[in-house]
Amino acid sequence: MNLPEPYRLLIFLAGTLAFVGFHAAYLVWVERKGAGRFQRRPGPTEAGYAGLLQPIADALKLLSKQVIVPPTSDAVLFRAAPMMVMAPALMCLAVIPFGETLVARKVNFGLVMVFAFGSINVMAIMLSGWASRNKYAIISAARIVSQNVAYEIPMLLVAITLLMMMGTMDLQEIVRKQAGWFWNWNLFQLAANPLMPVTFLIFYICMLAETNRAPFDMAEAESELVAGAFTEYAGMGFGVFFMAEYANVVVGCSLATILFLGGWQSPIGWLPGPWWFLAKMYFLIFCVVWVRWTFPRTQFYGLLNLSWKILIPVSLFTLVLTSVMLKLF
Amino acid sequence: MFTLNLGPQHPATHGVLRVKMTMDGEYIRRAEPVPGYIHRMHEKMGENRTWAQYLPNTSRVDYLSAMHYTHAYVGVVERALGLKPPPRAEYIRVITSELNRISSHLVWLGAFLLDLGGFTPLLYAFDDREKILDLLEGITGARLTYCYYRFGGLCNDVDDTFVRGAQEFVAYMRPRLSMYQTLVTDNIILQKRLVGIGLITSEQCRKYGATGPVIRGSGVAYDVRRVEPYSVYPELDFDIPVFPEGDSMARYRVRMEEMAQSLRIIEQALARLPDGPVMAANVPRVLKLPAGDYCYAVEAARGRFMVRIVSDGGEVPYRVKLRTPSFSNLSLFEETSRGLLLPDAIALLGSLDLVIPDVDR
Amino acid sequence: MKVPLRDLGRGLWSLLSGMRVTLGQFFKPTVTVHYPHQALKMPPRFRGHIELVRDPETGKAICYACKLCERACPSDCITVEGVKLEGDKKKSVTEYRLDFTKCSLCGACVEACKSNAIRFSHEYNLAGRSKEQFIMDLFKRLEAEGK
Repeated sequence: MNLPEPYRLLIFLAGTLAFVGFHAAYLVWVERKGAGRFQRRPGPTEAGYAGLLQPIADALKLLSKQVIVPPTSDAVLFRAAPMMVMAPALMCLAVIPFGETLVARKVNFGLVMVFAFGSINVMAIMLSGWASRNKYAIISAARIVSQNVAYEIPMLLVAITLLMMMGTMDLQEIVRKQAGWFWNWNLFQLAANPLMPVTFLIFYICMLAETNRAPFDMAEAESELVAGAFTEYAGMGFGVFFMAEYANVVVGCSLATILFLGGWQSPIGWLPGPWWFLAKMYFLIFCVVWVRWTFPRTQFYGLLNLSWKILIPVSLFTLVLTSVMLKLF
Repeated sequence: MFTLNLGPQHPATHGVLRVKMTMDGEYIRRAEPVPGYIHRMHEKMGENRTWAQYLPNTSRVDYLSAMHYTHAYVGVVERALGLKPPPRAEYIRVITSELNRISSHLVWLGAFLLDLGGFTPLLYAFDDREKILDLLEGITGARLTYCYYRFGGLCNDVDDTFVRGAQEFVAYMRPRLSMYQTLVTDNIILQKRLVGIGLITSEQCRKYGATGPVIRGSGVAYDVRRVEPYSVYPELDFDIPVFPEGDSMARYRVRMEEMAQSLRIIEQALARLPDGPVMAANVPRVLKLPAGDYCYAVEAARGRFMVRIVSDGGEVPYRVKLRTPSFSNLSLFEETSRGLLLPDAIALLGSLDLVIPDVDR
Repeated sequence: MKVPLRDLGRGLWSLLSGMRVTLGQFFKPTVTVHYPHQALKMPPRFRGHIELVRDPETGKAICYACKLCERACPSDCITVEGVKLEGDKKKSVTEYRLDFTKCSLCGACVEACKSNAIRFSHEYNLAGRSKEQFIMDLFKRLEAEGK
């Protein structure tokens, strides 16, 4: 397709928005259906076939509710926080390549951009907690900052490991280098780093923690902090946080797919295309749901211990191991 | 330092308990339970109705172990009257009580895991509990507030469907318990959250009168079924699970082990279930208890439940005193929660297995 | 070094076996009943609110307003009125008011009744918009059923 650049960008803008909107809405459905199946119940069934209209009904309900700004809160920040939490997820998707040519903007430092915008989400949740002026929300804000500082580090160490192997920050280039059969995926590059699956596991755990998904949902922790940073939000204000959580899951799983599972590359060497990308991403998302509905929540210091005492040393070790292997072979 | 009001509407207090916490960041300096939001004057109600009319009240004090509570009240009236229920009735009481204990522990398991942020075990536990409720509904007609025991026996006999259903349940439940072992007990996240958290010493248990799984989790083998045997428990072979660690994990393990022991009791009682009437022949039509002071204690799912009645010889009690286990267990919380983090305190609160209407009664 | 590594391995294994359990449940059929599309049948001993029993011979209520149930009720929810019709030996019930807002379904009334004139209904769909809906006259209900 040889569209002029502005039109192409507009199409991609609309496409990205639709992609995020669709996934944020329908991942809620997937989550509820999945939770239902894990718990031996059918999940939503009433709105539409198999409850497929449920997300739309939920969104309409949330939209029709009043957005209450508590009188003691910091009104500007309180309103800004939901926007700030949604925007970075959209920005990240601008550089995610879904296929050989299917990318909104080719940026040769895409990886940095994803990480940079990925961290803003934390600040937004912290702001929402702070602006609410609620005790539970402030505890939650404090938790989320220390949690994300702790998990950013091993995630970046893992990213550096991959950078050394790939030699590029261009996400498309990273995927191109994993072409061919599935043993060309970074996940199975045991020659470069024998601990590659462990690295992937670290990345996945950090991704769960970064997106505040169970068992690391310290910010929401409904049995301790009621709803944490979102306690004071009503109507669509809460809905946006909810959608942003799923948008971040999409970004996280996409990134994991690109970095470790060969993006749009086919596992059997032929027919590469966006469908492979989506299939891999959905599998990772299913695992997110699976993990959430299996485990109890970690304790907060347990979470920090896991990061500082296990994940960071191990990821440092893999980093060193990779550099040694690269130097030797 | 700030004050945090946990409750009366909070997801982790399971009802309307309010805990006034003085916090230093996430550390608890002092947590003061404020009960009384669901006080229903059960003791006072006893003074304005006849002995028989008070019977339905007992199953509403702790709605999760209704059988035990009714058992204690029926037991104290029988003791005062010198009535002896027929053996079949006694065995059925033991079977239904133990079924009720399992169903109560299953609710605790689900709610406790919910406090810790695990949602799925709740649904599994409720699935199992549903089987018990169906069994009990079949014989009593109610799913929660059974009101099944009568002075001198039971209100109706069990049928073969129940006996077969109970046997099937025992066979069904054993693999489920090992499933919980894999899914929940062995889970490293759960272990990290419970081991060494919320220590309660046996001395503290004695001081506050804590009983049930709480004291057995602190290393004291105190079980009313053993120390003050009632009904046909002395004839049955079962163990009292005791764990000396005193942490939340010990209390967790006590309850899980108790479910297995209850299954053993049910199995034995079903095998020995004698034939005969379920109601004593000499129950007077109008109950007038001889004047005096009587006590009867049972091991409810949460600990020692005791009814003390004072009769002046009339048709109406002079005084009914209910000694409920949750109240004593809750009073531990203030002392043991000092210095804990908020999530740990919630784990501790969950491991005490409180039923708030039982605290307030 | 060896012990923490072993613990780490064990911890991971416990997580994986937990996930295996939930995945096993994932593919099993659901256990729920899809109420209101499906409903369970109440067991015969189910305790719904009480209702009057009709005498199969005469087609009238068995109840002869002896008021034993009224006295047995712990919450005073029952009021029974009856008149002695000419030619009858016993009274016959004219009004049987049940204040269901106070009833706790304990069954003391059913047990107190000597002539089995009341029993538990199997009705569980009890919802209403006003309190008055739950103060029901069981005698009128029986009459209405007859028509």
